[in-house]
Amino acid sequence: MKKPVLEINNLQTHFFTDRGEIPAVDDVSFFIREGEVLGIVGESGCGKSVTSLSIMGLVPSPPGKIVGGNILFREQHSTKEETENLVNVSSKRMRQIRGNKIAMIFQEPMTSLDPLFSIGFQITEALNNHQNLSKKEARKKAIEMLNLVGIPRAEQIVDEYPHQLSGGMRQRVMIAIAMSCDPEVLVADEPTTALDVTIQAQILELMKKLNREKGTAILLITHDLGVVSEMCDRVCVMYAGKVVEEGDVRTILKFPKHPYTRGLLRSLPKMHEKQERLYSIPGNVPKPGSITDGCRFAARCSEVFDRCYKEDPELLTLSEGHTCRCFLYEKEGDVQHV
Amino acid sequence: MIAYTVRRLLMLIPVLLGMSIVTFSIIHLIPGNPAQVILGDQATATAVANLEEQLGLNEPFFVQYFHYMLDLLRGDLGTSLRTNSSISSEIWPHLAATMELTIFAMVFAIIVGVNAGIISAWKQNSWFDYFAMIIALIGVSMPIFWLGLMQQWIFAQELGWLPAFGRGNPRDPIESITNFNILDSIINGRTDQLWTSFKHLVLPGIALGTIPMAIIARMTRSSMLEVLRSDYIRTVEAKGSRPISVIYRHGFKNAVIPVLTVVGLQTGTLLGGAILTETIFSWPGIGRYVFEAIGNRDYPVIQSGILVIAFMFVIINLVVDLLYSYIDPRIKY
Repeated sequence: MKKPVLEINNLQTHFFTDRGEIPAVDDVSFFIREGEVLGIVGESGCGKSVTSLSIMGLVPSPPGKIVGGNILFREQHSTKEETENLVNVSSKRMRQIRGNKIAMIFQEPMTSLDPLFSIGFQITEALNNHQNLSKKEARKKAIEMLNLVGIPRAEQIVDEYPHQLSGGMRQRVMIAIAMSCDPEVLVADEPTTALDVTIQAQILELMKKLNREKGTAILLITHDLGVVSEMCDRVCVMYAGKVVEEGDVRTILKFPKHPYTRGLLRSLPKMHEKQERLYSIPGNVPKPGSITDGCRFAARCSEVFDRCYKEDPELLTLSEGHTCRCFLYEKEGDVQHV
Repeated sequence: MIAYTVRRLLMLIPVLLGMSIVTFSIIHLIPGNPAQVILGDQATATAVANLEEQLGLNEPFFVQYFHYMLDLLRGDLGTSLRTNSSISSEIWPHLAATMELTIFAMVFAIIVGVNAGIISAWKQNSWFDYFAMIIALIGVSMPIFWLGLMQQWIFAQELGWLPAFGRGNPRDPIESITNFNILDSIINGRTDQLWTSFKHLVLPGIALGTIPMAIIARMTRSSMLEVLRSDYIRTVEAKGSRPISVIYRHGFKNAVIPVLTVVGLQTGTLLGGAILTETIFSWPGIGRYVFEAIGNRDYPVIQSGILVIAFMFVIINLVVDLLYSYIDPRIKY
């Protein structure tokens, strides 16, 4: 089994606002192996994006701050391995890693590119930050990257501006920027949410292709379980700032354990069943920090019992590589102390 | 870009025509007989008739306008009623003096205002931000004559660091070539005069530049705050770019358009002549020149002054418009 390249342990990212301290990410742990695609799934507001920004060191500060835990990035040099805790590294070192070893693409391709600079400039900028290339080489590399992400007429597009491209094309450019320095990990925060379905499929295919060909590990943040089943090797389900279930994609999709995961899966329309109404989990994601006692999902859970309101369940190991945060399975698994 | 520039230049023609009609009409908007008004109640009928002849008022309106335009195209702005000399040659030194002061004031305002605005936005809610914005608030609300007088009192009177009046040493006049004292002293190779001219610019320049500086700082800050929150700035950060590149190259370039608008408007206003500043610091600029002409009822001078000031405004707007489309590839009219 391959080694984890990125390991997040007990990460806590809080926001300090006028209304008090808000734990957006509360004790989140997961890891991602070399060349693997890990999906992070959850509803809006469950802390997915803040988790990804924490990894990149881009949590807007103030008001945000990583108050606990660590983010271990393991880098393989020719002979030795080096592990760095990204929570503690200097801002200079973080800049060397950002865009170089760990790159990121965002949800909104329409606004993620600077409107005043040419596509070529925006790709070469990433290259120049981390590599010593001549102007000519950088341009050549930019065109090469555009070809890699399947942009036609790359020679012309390189001199065009973002407003001249469609959303799908812009997301391809974003991927080209992210991939330009051959990162070990690509963090993709809902990369297809803003795109229409056919373009979604193309972008996912492209990411899958890059994952296979370049061996880049992908941390895919999404709320779309369809995307997860298509792309991911493993899945991590988040709810209200905590991981509630984690396992490989087949296990999670076929045998979901946590009532929240089951609810999510039930909410998907099914091809072969006639449904009058689509199922939905009642209620909303609680505001971060509003629940202090008990399981955060208790208020919306279909299998809730007294204990759920009093104690916070711990993450249980159900089988090799499958964990779940729910009292229902205490007999099945052993408590995993994290 | 070239096609756009040419188109914008062609669009100037109707604007300039309209402008000339308005300034030409000024003299005809005087109620009653313009010549009588100019000369006053005690003027004799012959004097009035002579003036009418001189100003061409006894010809039909369109013929008058035709002559006026013909003269304008030849660069002839007419003759001053008071000094009887050509306005074209009389107005230039005043205009140059105002331009020199405006350039100094705006360079000061832009350098200080833009950087204060950028740093305030970058370090929002820091002590620097609060301090800079309080200064900016004081700057916009301070009466310019009071600021000018305080400067003269402190820096000229009490400390004696800087001269309080004029453009240079009257006993050592600068040989005029362009009428820009700084430029002329450089051309003449006179470093002592260059230094004197510069010292004379400092107080009026800062007095004149304070309001634009404060407006620019506030505009830069609010524009930057909006830009720094945008997705593309996060993308630049995610590439591992240095903060200086994030803030100045991407941040400020995106925030510059509204700032540029303010700079254009302020420059136009200052070029129109800052009568208060020019009066306090005895600066022989166009504001005072026109102001005195109004007092003397020297209508040809007033007409020419307004025409020149309006022309400067039009040119600045043109430059600002061209800069917009140079900076932002999306702007193509």
